[in-house]
Amino acid sequence: MTVIYLDNNATTRVAPEVLEAMLPFLREAYGNASSMHGFGGNVGKFISEARERTAQGLGCSPEEIIFTSCGTESDNTAIFSAVRSQPEKRHVVTTRVEHPAVLNVASHLEIAGYEVTHLKVDELGRLDVQELEDSLRPDTALVSIMHANNENGVIFPLERIAEIVKSRGILLHTDAVQTVGKLPIDLQKLAVDFLALSAHKVHGPKGMGALFVRRGVPFRPFMLGGHQEKGRRAGTENVAGIVALGKAMEMAAAGIDEENSRVKALRDRLEQGIMDTVPDVRRNGDPESRLPNTTSLAFKYIEGESILLMLDQHGICASSGSACTSGSLEPSHVLRAMGVPFTFAHGSIRFSLSRYTTDEEIDLVLRELPGIVSRLRAMSPFTGNDETAAGCAC
Amino acid sequence: MWDYTDKVRDHFLNPRNAGPMDDPTVVGEVGSLACGDALKLFLKIDDTGRITDATFQTFGCASAIASSSVLTELLKGKTVDEAAAITNKEIAMELGGLPREKMHCSVMGQEALESALKRFRGELEPLVKPEGEIVCKCFGVTDVQIRRAITENDLTTVEEITDYTKAGGGCGECVLDLERILAETRGTEPAKPKPAAPKRKLTNLQRMQLVTKVIDEEIRPSLKKDRGDIELLDIEGAKVLVSMRGACSGCPSSQLTIKELVQRRLRDAVDPDIIVEEVRS
Ligand code: FES
Repeated sequence: MTVIYLDNNATTRVAPEVLEAMLPFLREAYGNASSMHGFGGNVGKFISEARERTAQGLGCSPEEIIFTSCGTESDNTAIFSAVRSQPEKRHVVTTRVEHPAVLNVASHLEIAGYEVTHLKVDELGRLDVQELEDSLRPDTALVSIMHANNENGVIFPLERIAEIVKSRGILLHTDAVQTVGKLPIDLQKLAVDFLALSAHKVHGPKGMGALFVRRGVPFRPFMLGGHQEKGRRAGTENVAGIVALGKAMEMAAAGIDEENSRVKALRDRLEQGIMDTVPDVRRNGDPESRLPNTTSLAFKYIEGESILLMLDQHGICASSGSACTSGSLEPSHVLRAMGVPFTFAHGSIRFSLSRYTTDEEIDLVLRELPGIVSRLRAMSPFTGNDETAAGCAC
Repeated sequence: MWDYTDKVRDHFLNPRNAGPMDDPTVVGEVGSLACGDALKLFLKIDDTGRITDATFQTFGCASAIASSSVLTELLKGKTVDEAAAITNKEIAMELGGLPREKMHCSVMGQEALESALKRFRGELEPLVKPEGEIVCKCFGVTDVQIRRAITENDLTTVEEITDYTKAGGGCGECVLDLERILAETRGTEPAKPKPAAPKRKLTNLQRMQLVTKVIDEEIRPSLKKDRGDIELLDIEGAKVLVSMRGACSGCPSSQLTIKELVQRRLRDAVDPDIIVEEVRS
């Protein structure tokens, strides 16, 4: 059975060109970039090239890029660096809908005695910029706000946020793991101090990320050891991964127009098609400002895992907004923060497309999904019974 | 992705006896949408006390649907007494096993069956009142359910209790009680209780004033941010009676808000013995 992969916010297929670019470094060119001999040392120039390509994709300078192992490491590095470089400041601002790579660091800081403000979102997943402004204090060390949300695709007004935060002289970090390659990013205009990205979300391999650190921003390394990355991130370079990231970033930058037109049109067709044929569906997230490849739809009266498994029977891969594990059959923290009613939240499904998604794949989903939903609804004790199903997620 | 057996997959993809029943003799119900799974079991029972037909409606994941489906198969043709002997273990075994974390789906089957049979015997009012004391407020699990899960499944840890009953999987406030019930049921030494928080000596008037102050100045503004509200109805000794308002009224998570936010804050600020209870109007 062919796989119809509509879970690209979780990970993406490695682009064939990216794979080609990295293979030599897993085969013959296996030298260590730190070695004194030419065999190893020569790979150093490929690292520089990849750094340039990555920087170009972000509109920054190569020296502002630190290669890391993933988006999580980049987020962790940025946050810990910001608080360690300003030990007198004990307040951090973030949102309730961040990725665990930020939220869990925030909880860790809270345990360590920091005060953390978690900004709310409204029912469309939007931030209140005024609330952000009001939360800033003289002792705020960092504001960490994602560029776009992985679950509902909602894009936060980062330029406006940057204006506010920077006018107060506070450091600003953004987790841009979901936006790099999908939205144009120009760090000359976007005044963030740190920006995290991950290769496997842009058709690169897993286990590779990067962190942008604006020139002049105080920095404390997260990983200590050798002198790699100018001492800012120790550890033998993952040369193949770095080269792959460089290639992936180059391709992503070239593919942004496509993402914004073809992929968006496919996404809209999928979304509209489902909403036209399936009753009692609602969209999670701001329709105005969201990623071109993402749609999160909530199917009333039924539960996400069941939908996913039935889709899986047709080779369709998507993801659910509910963590159906022991004791936490809870809708995701993002859906809860948005106040999505339980009737809908448990049945939320995210489809996220990529440059490889085809028209035929969307057709197949549109063909199969309505039947799946009605089969499950026929089995649900809540179908059509809003009274027993009522509830809110406050 | 869960590691489901072929039989679970089969019953999920081709559920037997799915859908409501016309004219059932009796219906058993458990769970709620807020909890993330629910099961309605319909039984037709003839004059000799034999189950001639069984169907179900389930809201939940694949293993919840599979457990319900296999249960209806197990029930058909059994007498009421034979059916009463079916346990969650049997449901899970019939499916070739369930992932540990999904065992509560089989427990849900057993409970729906029990509720149906009790109704059949006239032991249950139309609205089911759970037997025993609610221990886990997040998921409405009683001590009777917990003890039974422990004995019937030979559970030895609190994590296992959570896997089988969901108790303890929310705010975690019931974990100490779960430890105690586990120890009692297994006849082992109870885990050492945490040292009690030092008590403040407050007069009734002081306590009332302090509770009102904390609710007005801290709790209410934070609920209002989420379009909710709270009203202080009465204070009886250590018991604080409140009513949730606005977006919080009728919210299935209001118990969580009351225990997590209101009670915890009042215990910290006023008296560690405070118990907050919601009066639903
Ligand atoms: S988890 Fe049991 S009371 Fe919250």
